[in-house]
This record gives sequence, C-alpha cells and structure tokens, in this order.
Amino acid sequence: MKIIVVGIGKVGYTVADQLSNEGHDVVIVDTNEKVLNAVLNSLDVIAVSGNGASRRVLSEAGVEDSDLVIALTGSDEINLLCCLLATKLGANGTIARVRNHEYNEDVSLIKDSLGLSMVINPEKEAADEILRILKFPSAKNIDTFAKGKINIVSFTATCNCTLCGKAVKDSFSGLKARALACAVERENKIFIPFGDSVIEENDVVAVLIAPNEIASFFKEIGLPVNTVKRTMIIGGGRIGHYLATEMCRLNMDTTIVENNPQTAENLSYLLPKANIICGDGTNRALLMEEGLKEASAICCLTGFDEENLILSLFAKKVVPNIKTIAKINRTAFNEVVKSLDIGSVIYPKFITASQILQHVRAKKNNIGSNVETLYKIIDNKVEALEFHVGDESELVNTSLEDLLLHNNVIIGSINRKGNVFIPRGKDTLQVGDSVVVVTTIQGLSDLDDIIKD
Amino acid sequence: MITYVLGILLMTEGALLLLPTVIGLYYKENVTPFLITIGTTVLSGFVMTRFKPQDKTIVSMDGFAIVSLGWILISLFGALPFFLSKEIPSYLDAVFEVVSGFTTTGSSILTDVEALSKEMLFWRSFTHWIGGMGALAFIMAILPLAKGGGNLQLMRAESPGPDVEKLVPKSKSTARILYGIYVIMTVVEILLLRCGGLSFFESVTLSFGTAGTGGFGVRNSSIAEYSLYTQIIIGIFMTLFGINFNFYFLLFCGKLKSAFKNIEVKSYLGIMVTAVLLIALNISHMFGSFFEALHQAAFQVSSVMTTTGYATTDFDKWPEFSRTLMLIVMCVGACAGSTGGGFKVSRVIILAKSAKRELKRLAHPRSVSVITMDGKRISDEVVTGTNVFFFIYVVIFIVSLLIVSTDKQDMVTNITGVIATLNNIGPGLGKVGPTGNFSLFSWYSKVVFIFDMLLGRLEIFPFLMLFAPTLSGHKKVR
Repeated sequence: MKIIVVGIGKVGYTVADQLSNEGHDVVIVDTNEKVLNAVLNSLDVIAVSGNGASRRVLSEAGVEDSDLVIALTGSDEINLLCCLLATKLGANGTIARVRNHEYNEDVSLIKDSLGLSMVINPEKEAADEILRILKFPSAKNIDTFAKGKINIVSFTATCNCTLCGKAVKDSFSGLKARALACAVERENKIFIPFGDSVIEENDVVAVLIAPNEIASFFKEIGLPVNTVKRTMIIGGGRIGHYLATEMCRLNMDTTIVENNPQTAENLSYLLPKANIICGDGTNRALLMEEGLKEASAICCLTGFDEENLILSLFAKKVVPNIKTIAKINRTAFNEVVKSLDIGSVIYPKFITASQILQHVRAKKNNIGSNVETLYKIIDNKVEALEFHVGDESELVNTSLEDLLLHNNVIIGSINRKGNVFIPRGKDTLQVGDSVVVVTTIQGLSDLDDIIKD
Repeated sequence: MITYVLGILLMTEGALLLLPTVIGLYYKENVTPFLITIGTTVLSGFVMTRFKPQDKTIVSMDGFAIVSLGWILISLFGALPFFLSKEIPSYLDAVFEVVSGFTTTGSSILTDVEALSKEMLFWRSFTHWIGGMGALAFIMAILPLAKGGGNLQLMRAESPGPDVEKLVPKSKSTARILYGIYVIMTVVEILLLRCGGLSFFESVTLSFGTAGTGGFGVRNSSIAEYSLYTQIIIGIFMTLFGINFNFYFLLFCGKLKSAFKNIEVKSYLGIMVTAVLLIALNISHMFGSFFEALHQAAFQVSSVMTTTGYATTDFDKWPEFSRTLMLIVMCVGACAGSTGGGFKVSRVIILAKSAKRELKRLAHPRSVSVITMDGKRISDEVVTGTNVFFFIYVVIFIVSLLIVSTDKQDMVTNITGVIATLNNIGPGLGKVGPTGNFSLFSWYSKVVFIFDMLLGRLEIFPFLMLFAPTLSGHKKVR
C-alpha cells in the first residue's frame, strides 16, 4: 500500500519504520528538513519537505493515489486539516492524531463529519492501558480481542505461583477458570507452549482468558489480586489527566502530584474527586508526606524517562509490594529498562504505532486475505491475529488435535456466533467462526498458512 | 556486512560472465578463460558470503566502502579473461581495459581492436552496460540487500550526481524502474541498429557501448565506417542516455509538464546545441557540405558531452577553436542521474547559481537568497558539497597531470588524457585522440589513469573515503 506519514516525531518515526518494514511504500512529510534527512539515512522511504496541510505538499507526496494518510504532527488542528484535504484530494483513508482533551469528547462527531477512517489519541490509549493494568496488578499487559470478549493477559510467574515447575497440560486442566497459555518468554527468548512445556519461575506467560475470569484465575494460581485502592499519579500531563478521569469515575482513591501550579489548579477544577497536590513529584519528603507508604500503586508519568524509572525503583524500595507503572518514551535503551525490577512499563509510541499497524493490516488484508485484528504482544515479538474462517478453508471440520500446525502457532480462542470459548483438542472449526491465532511468525496473512505443508 | 555484500557482488559478476561465455560457444571460440574466471569469481564470492552478518544495516561509511571496494574487486576479477586468454598479455593492461569498461570510459590500450576474439569484444562492451547503471544497483534490483536506509547509502555512493532522489519509496523498486528504462532503451536501440543492416553482434555491442555511454567499438575506426543511418541512430541514443533518467520516469508517468520543466535537461540540450552550431560553422570548410559538417559536429559533440567517446571522424585535426570547445563540453559532461560521466550539468548549474549569489552578497551584504532548482530549494549542504567536489576534482586533475607529465608525452596529450579518463570519456586530443590509444604510457601513468577512471565514475568521494582516516579507524574498531 502507498502510505503518507505527515509529521515525523517519535510516533511518526516508529510508524514509518514499521510500515516500511512490512513492505509498504511510505512517503514521509515534515517541515524540518534536517529531521527528514536523518530519517532517510535509516529508513527506506522518500521524503517531502513542507507543511502537510498544504495542497501543494500533499500533491507532491502523491496523495491522489495513496491508500492512507496518517497525520501525526504536534498540532491536532493541522492533523485534522491535513486529513480533510487529503480526503478531498483523493486519499483512500485517513488517520489523525487528536490529543486535546477538549476534542476528545467530540471524537466521533469529528471522525464522521471529516470522513476519517480512524482517530487516534496516544495519551488516551496509554491511560486505558494503565487502567487495565491497575485493575489487575499481577498482569503485565492486557489486550482485548473479539470486541472485548476475550483477553490476552501476560504476567510473570513468581515463586508462589502454582503454575511453576509443572507441565502446561497438568497445571491448566486443574483450574476452574478456562485459560490457555499462548506464549512464554524466558530470558529474552519466546516460545509457544504446548502440553508438555514446563513453566519455570520468572517466565513471562501470556494466557488467553475471558475478561470476567481474570480475577479468579489469578486467585487460583496464587498471584495477588487485590485491586488497587490508593493510587498516586506523578505528573498531571495528558496521560495523567485521562487516567485520573477514568479512575475517579470508578471511585478509586487518586492523588495527582503536579509541578505546574496552573495545570494543578485546572486539574482540580476538572477532577473534583481527585486529590491534587502541587509540588515536585521527585521530592522524597513530599512523596512520603502524601502517603506513598499507604499507596497500592504509583504511576510515574512525568515527561522524563529517567525520573519515571528512578521513581518506580524508589517506590519499590519503600513499599515492596506496590504496583508501579513507568512511562518510557525512548526505546533505544530497552534492554536496560527491562533488566530493572520496575513492574510495568508503558511505551505510548508503541501503543499508537501498533494500533495504526493493526488498522493498516486489516485494511490491506481486506483486499488480499482475512486478518480481522492484529495485536503485537510481549514487546512486539509475538503476534495475535484474529481470522475469519471462510468457506474454502482447509481447517474446517477437523478436530484441532489432528491438525498439523507449525511449531510456533497456537489456536487460542474461537468466536462462534458471539459465543467465545477456548478450544480443547476435540473441538473443530466451523465456517463462520472467527479464531484468534497466536504465533511468533511475523506477517501471517491467511488462516491456512498455519498448517504445515 | 561489507564482506557479505562484496561476496554477493562477485557471485553476480560470475553469473554475468556466463553471457560472453555463451557468445564464445556460439562463435566456437575458446571459452576456458571465461570458465576459469567464473570458477574463481563465484568461489571467492561464495567464501565471502559465508560471513553472514547478524546486523544487516549499512551506515553511510559502509556504503562508500562497499561501492569503492566492490568496483575495484569486479575490475580485478573482470580482467582475468583478457589476461588468461593472452589476448592482452599484461595484467595491468587488462585491468586498465576492464576498468575503462566498467567506468564507461572507453579508453583503450589496444592498438588493434579487430584482433580480439568475439567473446572478448562482447565482454568489453558488456562491462559498459553493467557499469553504466551500476553493478550494485543491479543487485539491488533483484535481491533484498540491506535493511532500511542501507540501500540508499549504496545508491548514494554509486549513482552519479550531487544528490540522489528516489523515484518511489522503495529503493528496490527505484532500482528496478531505472533498470527497466535502461533495458527498454537498449533493446530499442539494438532493434533500430539491426534494421539498419548491422549484424546482430555489432548491434548489441554498439548498443551496450552507447547505453552505458562507454565507447568501446568493435572496429579500429570506431563508428566512422558505418552508414549514415547507423551513425545518426547512435548519435541520438547517446544524447538520450545522457539525460537524467528521472526525466523518462516522469514521461512514463504522464507528467509531461514537470518533465519538460527540468532545468538540467534544458541546459544540457542548450549547451549541446550551441556547441554543435559553433563547431559546425567553424569546421564547415573541411567538409563538402554544411550538412556534412553539422552531422560530424553533432555526432562528436554528443559523443564527448555524454562521455561516450565514439568517433566518426578525427576531431583532433579540427581547428583550434573547435578542439577547445570539445575540451570544454568534455568537462561539463552529462546530466546527473544518467549513465554519463563528467562533472555533470546540474553541478555546473549549482556552481553558477552559487557564484551569482556570492556576487549579490558582495553588493548587498545583508541579502538573503536561497538557491533553487526546478522550484525546489537546494540545501546549503548540497551547495557546499558541490563546491568541495569542484575543488577536489581540480586537485585530482592537477596531481594526476603532474604524475603523468613525467612520461615523455606532450602537454595536450597529458592534459586531455587525464580529462578523458577522469570524466570517463575515452578519447582525448593529441596522441590519445580518436585515432590514438593509451598504450604508449608507462605503467605508473596507466595506474594513475585507472584511479582517475574509478574516481570519475564513483564521483570521487566514495573512493577518497577509502583512504580517509575516519574510515580506516572505523574498521579497526570492528
């Protein structure tokens, strides 16, 4: 597909990189020529310099025959104008990043009236992600499939987890909650577990599970389930604001520490239920005074990666079983971050990029194959894809245990007429089902590709 | 990564060597030299590709190193058939001939071209064709070489011109489109020449020589013996291959307006027409009719300006004014992004514009002005780069001239010899004129010429990088 990415910041670069690697023809547009030149040295794309909301620049980038225009500049208004123009000039689809809190309420109106294919709000997405993690503190990540009817939950198997040291088929069949282990990460290596695979201590395990069973599942395997009660949010930026809004709605006890008096005042006006503290979040005395010791979770969302890391480490030191979430913008030193014991880490640009990628995949597959949704889980190393089972599929009516699948593929769940369940060996696929396939193979495009030739 | 890509390059060369082998078999000639060469080339390439890199990225320094080392390697291996078959007894001479082929220069050390066997003649012309568009671009068009921007680093180092512009987002598709245009134009020329009554072998070899703007002929008299029709076809195609290939891409896409707005193409044709008219007036007394003079002037000018180097007459015997004009268009060269060599019309335009800007700045010290080309702004880096290029170009010219002058040749021969090799033209004036050749120089002058040809083809910088302290330091760290 021919895709134009307008605005090459952190997110724009990640998106352009991943799209280009997937084989799309990417044109990047930015006003800063220095940035463009730097990107040209590392990505296989072409660049057009200029304002992406001007007709001349868009035409030069070839908007007339483009399949998708993604506007990711720093300004919501430019993004919207760019998408509006692009649609009028003949682009096949448009995605705009809109991050202003005030526009967020009218997103669907904006989307429909401007004819956008998708509106993306990285901060909102990041806040939603954090909230999911907070609701289930043992979980590292939670992704939703099949319109929220099935989740992929990843967690670390700690020493008191009953799964450790047992083969998957033994430990999981004894559980009341119906869950399926679909990926295991051990020392940076990822594999798809089968019946005989043994889960060891400190593995990161990803399981497919229905959302209402998550709590009971964790209880059964011996991981803490106490939902977060008191939460501290350091940094009242956009993510903090979205997060606090949701938490207040859920009646959770929320404290926001924000340095800028004006922002703090504004937050207190918008979030009457939250406890707003104006002060430096990296001040030890302040944190203690505001009850870090009593908090069950801390979200470090300042603008500095270093501060977020240090704060998380510090919180873990002071309150050993606190749930910490750190926002990290730069991914260049990923390995270092991972080697630290800091609980969950949120990469807003990855969240955004993977959502855009998912949209692009789906759009592309509408033409060629039948992937419905795609998620990248466990540091983007594993893909979970949702397929629709078509009439001509070779997999229909054979029981799953008789199918000769590739070694690194697992069929995770089946959605049959709105009824979602996790299949066992005796189950078969029917025409009209949609299935979730978890795999380490990148770029699967058809359900039949999962069988061994 | 460098070793790996070079290995692939050698294996590709081995594959390309199959073509002259087939020709040899067809004409029932001894193909053992080719078979031996293919064997050694593919084997060395195979061994080198065993060093499979984990990290498939190419930084710009790697790009320069791959391109310059690659060109040296394919030349050293490509010279083997000539040497092994004893058709060119000295290895240095064989290397000279092949470098002259790959760099599309067309200078020769052979006194009697017709004495070569058909397979060798074919290989000579075929090197022009490969070198014209670039050997690495060829690989890039078929294989996924590097990840991300790495391909651009290679393209940037190999393709001629002050700045590289991809036609489409993917380097691979860009390389494919360029090769597509190249192949189509070559085939059209072959067909047209075939219609003019040339043998298939001659049509193909001459077309290769034209397409790469090389200039190796298959007869001692270059093109002079052929019919008027053949000469006109070759003349037209030389001019066409000297035009920026982006122009054809735009034509192909139906963007006629922006294609014909291209200032470089316009200047290129403008300079050419002016030179042709002036020379035709100047030499009209030497030929029977003005048309004859015009034809000779047009062929010769397009030949040296595109840096091809075919000749239909000995322009060394022309009056001084015409010879000087020829020398000037030799230095200007063809368009950037074409298969031609030389200083490149676009660089001349940039230099002229920056000179104008500096003059304006002297008069109005606070004036701000941006250099543009085709309505697009030329960044200061490109302008500075062009100025530096010009300076180094002159320095290399002077140094080469100084070394060559220790040989016992006259000044005109030395100067034009260096110009002809550095600009990848082929023939110069004096003893290296259209009827002469480079065999009279000593071995070290030939080495200098070989370096000049490579420097000229790879646009100086990649080759200089090889000797620059930054790069060697970088290698040691590895």
